[in-house]
Amino acid sequence: MGSVEYKGKASELLIENDIKIGQSINIQTNNGKYSGILLPRYELFDDNHVVMKLRNGYNIGINLTKIRSIEKGSSDSQYGAYIVGKASHNVNQTIGRPNSDQAKVEGTLPKVALISTGGTIGSKIDYRTGGVTSVLSASDLYLSVPEISRYASVDTEVLLNEYSENLRPEHWTLMANKIIEKTSMGIYRGIILSHGTDTMHYSSAALSFALRNIPIPVILTGAQRSSDRPSSDAALNLIGATKFAIESEYSGVFVIMHADASDNLLACHLGTRVRKNHTSSRDAFESIDIKPVALINGENIKMQHNPTLELQRREDANYSSYKTSFDRHVILLKYYPGFEPAIISYLVQSGYKAIIFEGTGLGHVSNECIAQLKQAINSGVMIFMTSQCIWGRVNLNVYDTGRDLLGIGVVPLSDMTPETALVKTMWLLANNQHSGDIKRMMQENMCNEISSISPIQLDKK
Amino acid sequence: MLTNPLAINLKVGLEIHQQLATGTKLFCQCDCNENEEYTLVLSRSLRPAQSELGIIDPAALFEFKKIQSVKYHAANRTSCLVEADEEPPHHVNRDALESALIFSLALNSDIFDEIHVMRKIVIDGSNTGGFQRTMLISMGGFIEVNGKKTGVQSICLEEDAAKLISDNNNLREYGLDRLGIPLVEIALEPISGTPQEVMQLALGLGRILRASKRVARGIGSIRQDVNISIENGRVVEIKGVQKLEQLVKVIEYEVIRQHGLMIIANILKNERGIAEIRIDNRIVDVTDILRASSSKKILESLKDQNTVYKAIKIEGFAGILGYEPYDKIRLGKELSQIVRFYGIGGIFHSDELPGYGISKEDVDNIGKKLAIRSRADAFIIIGGILANVSSAIESLIQRLEVVLEGVPAETRAATQSGETVYIRPRPGSARMYPETDVAPIKVNNLLLDPLRQKIPRPIEEYITELISNYGLNKKLAEEIFDSQYLNLFGKIVSSTKISPTFIASKLTEDITNLERQGYDSSILTQERLIEIFNELDHGKIAKESVTLLYQMLMNHEIKDLNEFESGIETMTEHQLEEEINGILCKHLDTIREKGMNSMGMLMGRTMAVLRGRSDGQKINAILKRKLEQIVASEKQ
Repeated sequence: MGSVEYKGKASELLIENDIKIGQSINIQTNNGKYSGILLPRYELFDDNHVVMKLRNGYNIGINLTKIRSIEKGSSDSQYGAYIVGKASHNVNQTIGRPNSDQAKVEGTLPKVALISTGGTIGSKIDYRTGGVTSVLSASDLYLSVPEISRYASVDTEVLLNEYSENLRPEHWTLMANKIIEKTSMGIYRGIILSHGTDTMHYSSAALSFALRNIPIPVILTGAQRSSDRPSSDAALNLIGATKFAIESEYSGVFVIMHADASDNLLACHLGTRVRKNHTSSRDAFESIDIKPVALINGENIKMQHNPTLELQRREDANYSSYKTSFDRHVILLKYYPGFEPAIISYLVQSGYKAIIFEGTGLGHVSNECIAQLKQAINSGVMIFMTSQCIWGRVNLNVYDTGRDLLGIGVVPLSDMTPETALVKTMWLLANNQHSGDIKRMMQENMCNEISSISPIQLDKK
Repeated sequence: MLTNPLAINLKVGLEIHQQLATGTKLFCQCDCNENEEYTLVLSRSLRPAQSELGIIDPAALFEFKKIQSVKYHAANRTSCLVEADEEPPHHVNRDALESALIFSLALNSDIFDEIHVMRKIVIDGSNTGGFQRTMLISMGGFIEVNGKKTGVQSICLEEDAAKLISDNNNLREYGLDRLGIPLVEIALEPISGTPQEVMQLALGLGRILRASKRVARGIGSIRQDVNISIENGRVVEIKGVQKLEQLVKVIEYEVIRQHGLMIIANILKNERGIAEIRIDNRIVDVTDILRASSSKKILESLKDQNTVYKAIKIEGFAGILGYEPYDKIRLGKELSQIVRFYGIGGIFHSDELPGYGISKEDVDNIGKKLAIRSRADAFIIIGGILANVSSAIESLIQRLEVVLEGVPAETRAATQSGETVYIRPRPGSARMYPETDVAPIKVNNLLLDPLRQKIPRPIEEYITELISNYGLNKKLAEEIFDSQYLNLFGKIVSSTKISPTFIASKLTEDITNLERQGYDSSILTQERLIEIFNELDHGKIAKESVTLLYQMLMNHEIKDLNEFESGIETMTEHQLEEEINGILCKHLDTIREKGMNSMGMLMGRTMAVLRGRSDGQKINAILKRKLEQIVASEKQ
């Protein structure tokens, strides 16, 4: 949280009257007298207004020019401290807790680790901007979703507190190392990672590669509606993630979110085959070119058949060493009409080691780019081709353009999603020396990121 | 029967909710129309969330424990992802904001410089987000009705809730079409006065809003909530009074209910010397005892293995639960209403037992199990599915613990008959949370100055205008002004040659009369009314037929005007003469006696038979001609 102090004229007035945020105040204006609690001012707003919460619960702003007098109220509000973050909520007031009987059997319940990294799933109002920010800890979340305690004994840990748009490849490494640490304790049946949704599919792909052969399921989940609202999807997503973490026969990295707009059905996606396809809806996450690996409906987990997937059973995982580093020198580039080919040489000069193209259709860029691409390849930069169509497979043999691209050494990436291709390249670059190896491995299926068969009919649910 | 309201310091605070006629919703661009059919369905569950102040509202917690799942029905155009809580709200509807500001100006209320949109947590399912978006526009000011000033507490602009379609214990169903329609909420300072005075005040406030021509009209477009308290009692909030006549009944009912509860509290405190009510663990399972009872209802319910019966001992309460300080006002009834919310039919209490198939022996056994030693003690029995019973008992205990206070603070709903029933505890200010998806709105003179020109003029001017423009009498002018048909009236007057007085009376008195007889006026849509008056204007239907036509439409005897008109055409001139001849023959004695003076009576009789089947003027002409003939021939 940034500064929530008042600035300028408003600040002077408050200092003059020795009034601090969270205190109860009385304001006499030209037209009336108002009592309430002084609220922080959003940082991005002007310094001409004082904001207060009235006794009826409403917030209002009063212009300084109308204030005749402002004074501290007689009694300090019990809530003021909460607003300035000096008090936590009363635990007795959560909607439920594992009851004492449950606590006794907790020892017999399977254990799950819940690692929180931030995002909407744990967000509340931010007085800096007036928007929402991530603040609730994993343990807060556990208290507000007591149903989890029916299935598992959950250990919580706050690893990060970031919106997912602020996450970088270093954070993937951090997450992977933390998960490895927890896994190696040997006591957890599964691990849940709460995550902001915007880049959750990048993280899930990154963790899929970094945690290859992990013997337990690792489930990323989040919320499209912040958990400070009664309609948040957080609770159901978390409950489903917990169930899957315990009951799944398979290990690996998954994303569990709503399957539709209702609060009934959850979809479990494979970490390398999932994408956020809607800005705001609960069912924004979709499996690309495959069905979700499982549907979770209440108590019932139903695995879905995908002919080309090779899911790993827990007992078959033979992990030895994990590779958790990523190399940032990769760019994901979308081709569009009017694309300036000179950008390619600029990227080469800037030190990028690989370019993932989101080409048009089957995987094309205009023939104006060929010369620059050829130069780039000659100077050792790898060029990979995916499609901006998102659904479907690239094929560079159908049209002349594609054959030209193949001819100069562009590497097509089959039905891999652009985001997964980016992350995989970053991972391979960090852990391999030879570009020949990397190109070969990019075309090999390592974590179900490529499938050889495109199903005729794809029930997206 | 009671009791001067002034003697018990009756205070009534009026709060009206008026839909605005904005065309589109408050936070998205969907239409404000209602759907007859829905094409989409969603199901959701809501959970209480902490308020900005870190606490959970008691009313929210209550609803959460009660409702398992909510189903929402929607259709495109009237709902989008915003109503589905799948997309953040758009900007505040400018037109709605202006309307609210105009009302604040009209009521001399102090408008805030910066308006902050809030989420008022309501998790009964009526809002998909689990909250109603609302913003405080202004506070203070006054309204003057019949020369008496009443203070304004606050004026808010908010979203209307989703429309309840069905409610069956664990599952509620709502329509999303009404969700998000802009509403202005005006709360007045509590006044002491008679129920009639409160009604006049509500009428006066409604008129100011209607005069602005910025509000929606029709059933459900205005709702009154009333906060009612009496001396030493807490404030009870009554929701959903739709008609002014109902308002008077509700206040009268609350007066005796609240005073009755006070009387009960006084008996307990003063006559029985009870200083505190504690239930603690005086609750026992009586399922096995009741298995031996002869109550069909109980035995039937016990077929479900999950059903349990529990008894709660209340010391010193013998005779209290069934005692009626006023007709039908009992503490037992209050408690029954509370448990109904958990899908439990009601309670049995010791004042009404033995009875209902529960024998003296059963009662004694229950008494033993509860360790009742004094004849002064009472008990309550409650049965149902264990989880429901546990939640219901929790609420019962909370209610019993405040019996000595007399009137607890709670939210109740008005029934059609003018009684009130318990809904939930009163919410606190803890249910307010900032709407983080909408930035605060600045209000300055740049915005306000043009709106000052739009403040509605005093009502009297509008009434005078109606009188002078259309030649209406004062009563009719007021009636058409208060009705939902004011705009329609203007339209019909300007598009037809029919007399304005006739149109006004058909749109007010006639429809109201039919409503009183229990007919549903919603079938008379604007389009249909326009059609009726057009046909009338073209002589296709008779003036006298209009009321009959309304009635037949409302009664579903006919589907449309064509059916009605074809009904008329079947009566030929010849048939008409025959019918009239028949009537004249029956009344020959009177005709001989009174001559042409019997015309009025005969016209009445004829119309009674032929109303709507032929034009009144035509009937009148034929009748008159024939009567003249008879009178003339009699003279000869």
